[in-house]
Amino acid sequence: MNYFIQSLRRPGIVISASILLFWLVISLAGGFVLPHDPTDFISDDAFADAVGAALGTDHMGRDVASRLLAGTQLTIGMSVAAAALSHLVGVSLALCAAVNGGWIDTVSSRLVDIILSVPKIIVGLVVVAVLGPSLTVLIVMTGTVYSGGVFRIARALARDVVGLDYVRAATARGEGKLHIMMREILPNILSPLAVDFALRVSFAILFISSLGFLGLGVQPPKADWGTLVHDNISGLSSGSLAAIWPALAIASVTISLNYLVDTLSLAGENGRKQ
Amino acid sequence: MKQLVLSIRNLTIRSEGGGHAIVDNISLDVAKGEVVALVGESGSGKSTIGLSCLGLFRPGLTYVGGDIELEGSNLLGLPPRELQSLRGRRVAYVAQSAAASFNPAIKLNSQVIEPSIAHGTRSASEALDRAISLYATVRLPQPNQIGSRYPHEVSGGQLQRFMLAMGMLDAPALLVLDEPTSALDVTTQVEVLMAMKSAVSAQGTSALFISHDLPVVAQMADRVVVLRNGRIVESGPTNELLHSPKEAYTRELIAAFRKIDQKRLDISQEQDRKTVLSVQDLSAGYGGRTRAGKPSVLAVENASFNLARGEVLAVVGESGSGKTSLAQAIAGLLPRSVGSVRLHDVELSASLGGRTKDQLRRVQMVFQMADTALNPKHTIARTLERVLEHFFRLPAAQREKRIEQLLALVQLPPEIAARYPRQLSGGQKQRVNLARALAAEPDVLICDEVTSALDTIVSVAVLDLIRELKAKLGLAVLFVSHDLAAISGIADQTIVMRRGKIVEAGETAVILDRPKHPYTQLLVSSVPELRANWLQEAAPRNEALAKRIAAGV
Amino acid sequence: MIKLIGLRLFAALATLAVLSAVIFSATEILPGDVADLQLGQYATKESTEQLRKELGITGTPIERYGRWLNGIAHGDFGKSMTTRGPVADLLEERLKNTATLAGFTALIAVPIAVLLGISMALYAGTLFERITSAVVMAFAAVPEFLVATVAVAVFAVSLKWLPAVSYVTPGLSLKALAVALVLPILTLVLHITAQIARMTKSTIANILTQPFIEMADLKGLSAWRKIAFHVGPNMAGPLANVIALNVAYLVSGVVVVETVFAYPGLARLMIDAVNGRDMPVIQACAMIFSAVYILLIFIADLSAASANPRLRKTVRA
Repeated sequence: MNYFIQSLRRPGIVISASILLFWLVISLAGGFVLPHDPTDFISDDAFADAVGAALGTDHMGRDVASRLLAGTQLTIGMSVAAAALSHLVGVSLALCAAVNGGWIDTVSSRLVDIILSVPKIIVGLVVVAVLGPSLTVLIVMTGTVYSGGVFRIARALARDVVGLDYVRAATARGEGKLHIMMREILPNILSPLAVDFALRVSFAILFISSLGFLGLGVQPPKADWGTLVHDNISGLSSGSLAAIWPALAIASVTISLNYLVDTLSLAGENGRKQ
Repeated sequence: MKQLVLSIRNLTIRSEGGGHAIVDNISLDVAKGEVVALVGESGSGKSTIGLSCLGLFRPGLTYVGGDIELEGSNLLGLPPRELQSLRGRRVAYVAQSAAASFNPAIKLNSQVIEPSIAHGTRSASEALDRAISLYATVRLPQPNQIGSRYPHEVSGGQLQRFMLAMGMLDAPALLVLDEPTSALDVTTQVEVLMAMKSAVSAQGTSALFISHDLPVVAQMADRVVVLRNGRIVESGPTNELLHSPKEAYTRELIAAFRKIDQKRLDISQEQDRKTVLSVQDLSAGYGGRTRAGKPSVLAVENASFNLARGEVLAVVGESGSGKTSLAQAIAGLLPRSVGSVRLHDVELSASLGGRTKDQLRRVQMVFQMADTALNPKHTIARTLERVLEHFFRLPAAQREKRIEQLLALVQLPPEIAARYPRQLSGGQKQRVNLARALAAEPDVLICDEVTSALDTIVSVAVLDLIRELKAKLGLAVLFVSHDLAAISGIADQTIVMRRGKIVEAGETAVILDRPKHPYTQLLVSSVPELRANWLQEAAPRNEALAKRIAAGV
Repeated sequence: MIKLIGLRLFAALATLAVLSAVIFSATEILPGDVADLQLGQYATKESTEQLRKELGITGTPIERYGRWLNGIAHGDFGKSMTTRGPVADLLEERLKNTATLAGFTALIAVPIAVLLGISMALYAGTLFERITSAVVMAFAAVPEFLVATVAVAVFAVSLKWLPAVSYVTPGLSLKALAVALVLPILTLVLHITAQIARMTKSTIANILTQPFIEMADLKGLSAWRKIAFHVGPNMAGPLANVIALNVAYLVSGVVVVETVFAYPGLARLMIDAVNGRDMPVIQACAMIFSAVYILLIFIADLSAASANPRLRKTVRA
């Protein structure tokens, strides 16, 4: 435990945590922190340096900075929602499979194998082609696509616990399956699942913003970071960095998340060795 | 002045991050041709000392100070290349778990001769010849062919001997044996000990024999060093130490083993005890059902016995004997069982689902590994509370009181209730395990190897506790164990199992004194005694018995 | 062992079959079909029926599924809604391009990544490893389009060394082809190398924690001997698994790169088809991507299993 707390003071952790905290605050603050209204045309020139626009204007003369900050809520909100969905589905199914075993386990595992057999981006393309890129579709699809991976991990963790004597003791007492899933197994797999959750948020951000980048994300007037890159990519050839800022924003979140997960799991392991 | 092979001076090793000292200012010597035993319980630092003789410190441990001299050279000051050249050549290590120490993907011969080849001491063919002759010395069957197998194709005892051969290949000056027989069945242990003794005395190798098992160590060691919490408590020639120990801890250690040595006393003389559990033709196992209705892979075959109130019945056997499966089948954890298990003359269903809550309550199991038997996320109070809630629906106020009572029953202070399992010692956890089982107020208590993972001194205390509780609460106890010595102090009746079948049953005292079945005789003969010449007598005895058993019993 | 291969193969084929059904039905669940879409408000019963016949989408869903599967077996992927020509023609050229891109990327990325991963595992804790891990992690964690857009901004716009768009047409000279491919391959390589390196490192680090590795140290074996004889054999299977998984990922990961560089590959074809709701093309592309993905995962599974000597039947009794 000491090891863990000591590592919390490392500069890398502080920076990563601050970055994430920053974006979290922005996404919650909503419209209060925007320098301009994101839909306002503040300049006649596209991709220009305008007064009051720290990052310049976008392809339609709007303030890039404001649109970037405004998009935070969508990107982070959708990704967290999708990750949460993937865990809700994946973990519940995994717990059922681990506790029941038998055909429930086999059927769920085969189902998940099939889900995982399709390249995710292809699923994204097909689903958007069929159902259109609404907010709900994006969240539900992303959540479903990642629930397979969550299932695999949660099932492996749950199966390890199921073999332990305290679960056997509970079974021998005649405890119901629900009690065993929620009271005996779940509390003991929360830590690794929390780590996985953080990673899934990172994956979801990449996935959803990639779809946005391909023009298959949320539609105007809504804009998340991915679609902002898509909209402003034409400015690259004229030297405008309007497309790069939202991409960097994404990178800051995903790198911070990954760094925190890597470093803290390592510290947790070292702490446990003693 | 005898020539010293190993000389340790003031060695101190701490756990990382400024923790307590694992090894505290230790000094000891091993002379040429001498076997020195390092004896201690878990946490004594003995393994750490053993590894440091090869210049290895596990991650999480920091070397703080002291010297180690191997054949005159300062081990800890050597550059890595030179240290490497000493390892496996002048000082060799035999680990506790041979299974884990061999690479599963490579054949045994290649791994055994590897150190020689790596150090350039022999050519491949020379090394192989030497290996084969060592295989013969350590009594491996078919020495010419057995080395061409993979590790998973030979037994645990054979693997241990391979490791021994590997260690001795280059005739090292010092052999470090780290609990070399602790993971083996007692009958196998005799063979391997014999092999070790012959090999070591034939080569005149010095050895550092690390173990928690005093009687085992007494068979080979010239001198014994007793460790506790990283410090040396006492040391001296084996016979002297065993017969006139100076320190209290040493006496306690010896007593723990000698207590087990004694013959049975204070058997309760009640003759007419009511039969609580009656088992008839129980067969249990895994896999699908055969035409006869039995499971296709049988772990227990046609077991029959009775268990009476206030009685302790020991189920004794080695690995693969089926004793744990028997316990599980009775507890309802092996649904694939056929035959009859009757509690108070009512048939118990083979599966948990078929039993009533009351039936589930009356049969309680205590598990071997205290670490995995308690939910790490629940406090002790919560763990005990759950049982009270589940079976008795006790209101909150009464629960607290009952928990206090239960803890007192297993001789634990009430403050324990608020703690988590990770804050308790092994012995304490096992007592909580017992308390949890007792909370259900069962008629039958099944103890599955409950002391096997505990230190010897702690085990004795737990065994005493069980004996007391049995008398106090009138429990019927089914005590599963591989340790004949342990059950001798607690069991009224004993059944001996081998390969799923009961080979002998009767009063414990009778079975230990005058065993009838050759296998039982073999088991009894294999229990190490606290005297130096036990092994020499036991080995030929065992060999003869093994032949009789193989001849078709 | 043969039994193992057979079972896995069967599972792979079964998955592919199920997927084909899913892909087919997914694209068919729109209310009103493509004929309605195309004719819009000018639709009459007759004209819609006529168009349906032309497009080959008559009959019940099961019949259409059967016809589609049958067509695929003969190399006929139907007709594109946009070009009205055979989908198979479109596929051929695009498939070659994507294969070239993915192939070269894999060829470059895999050796570098594996070596990087192994050295990161061996030198764990050193300054070299800490810096390398941080850099590798960054490249693995960032979106591919970031790397792509930055690459374009730097190499194409600022430095003007390379073209921002990859004009790849059949019959291009080798030099022109190389120039067109540099940026897309560079972008992909950076990302994939990081991913493979990370996974390799954790695989090797895992092997290094095994007790028999400590035993190798205790036997006084040199580092290279330890790696060659003890880590090596245990590393082959899991490593092949990692590589196959990542190449599988690569197959669809080209999507972003093909878009940024306007590379005429299979993924871009699919995106255009999605934007134009060209169902037959979407179905065909999805099938091909899925089939390749399943094949690669099948190879990955086999490599992981074959490395375990307990599964290999020994010849001697």
